Amino acid sequence: MGSQPRLVEVRKNVLKQNDLAARALREEFRAAGVFVVSLVSSPGSGKTAFLERTLTELRREYRVAALVGDLATENDAVRLARSQVPVKQITTGTLCHLEAAMVQHALGGWDLNQLDFLFIENVGNLVCPSSYDLGENLRLVLISVTEGEDKPLKYPTIFNSADVAVVTKMDLAPAVEFDWDSAYRNIQAVRPCMRVLTVSAKTGDGMQEYLSYLMARLDESRAAAAI
Amino acid sequence: MHELSIAMSIVEMAQEESEQRGCFQVSAVHLKLGALSGVVKEALLSAYEMACDDTPLKGSRLIIEEVSVVVFCPNCQVRRPLSSVQLFCCAECGTPTSEIVQGKEIEVVALEMEEWVHNPA
Repeated sequence: MGSQPRLVEVRKNVLKQNDLAARALREEFRAAGVFVVSLVSSPGSGKTAFLERTLTELRREYRVAALVGDLATENDAVRLARSQVPVKQITTGTLCHLEAAMVQHALGGWDLNQLDFLFIENVGNLVCPSSYDLGENLRLVLISVTEGEDKPLKYPTIFNSADVAVVTKMDLAPAVEFDWDSAYRNIQAVRPCMRVLTVSAKTGDGMQEYLSYLMARLDESRAAAAI
Repeated sequence: MHELSIAMSIVEMAQEESEQRGCFQVSAVHLKLGALSGVVKEALLSAYEMACDDTPLKGSRLIIEEVSVVVFCPNCQVRRPLSSVQLFCCAECGTPTSEIVQGKEIEVVALEMEEWVHNPA
């Protein structure tokens, strides 16, 4: 009896562990000169097809590799291995997102100095990945034309955690009467000035502009690291 | 549903803090939760209960203070509360802005602690 409750100030970020791991990764990436791109989207938005095409095209001139996150199965890694670049699957079990420590662990054994680009495909989920920094240089949020133009309004948090939006499956746009103006307006409403790229991994439309953008960003980041 | 892993981190953090201060009983954890944290309050509350099971924090309360989004308006040069997370612009002049100054936090701000009762009988 007689115990006195008292209020003790703490002020600690709950995700501190992840943020520290992400910071260490970012430093490692910078030192190795590798540009790291992560992809987030809902399941079925065409992430894997888009990544497969990205890897296949980039490997002609660059050294590329990929990590892919999924709850279960190695199907994506098997599929991406067709692009003939190093690919590793991270199976998260029941976890709905990747964390920096998982990336750290998955990278064990890879020499980052031998890479120009590293891609990290997150688990298909538009909610949970938004809270976790993975140390990446660039986060792409994908939205396919079949998903509805109001997706950004429904998931403003993930759009705010990303740097560039990529509208995928553009070849299907006429069939589903995709309203580009409305999609663009919604993206800009939740993330003003966000760069929006449009691609079709199937026909290759828009891929060149997107790849040129990545190459420019790689050069920029290496120039900045050299200063 | 990443609320359970967040809840487990909160419990772990509270336990560490209490141990550092001489093993007081934590009766409540005060948390700031931003509207753009990506965490759902209700889901976190039930996950917290689960995460406390079989730990010294069992029976403790999680008190969540929801933090709204505040942006910086480049035109007015001041901070403004955002009127909707569906529209990132200055509530006064309408200038679009994505400079978020508040609203992403998941932060343990304080703990309510009580001394252990060694002889409850």
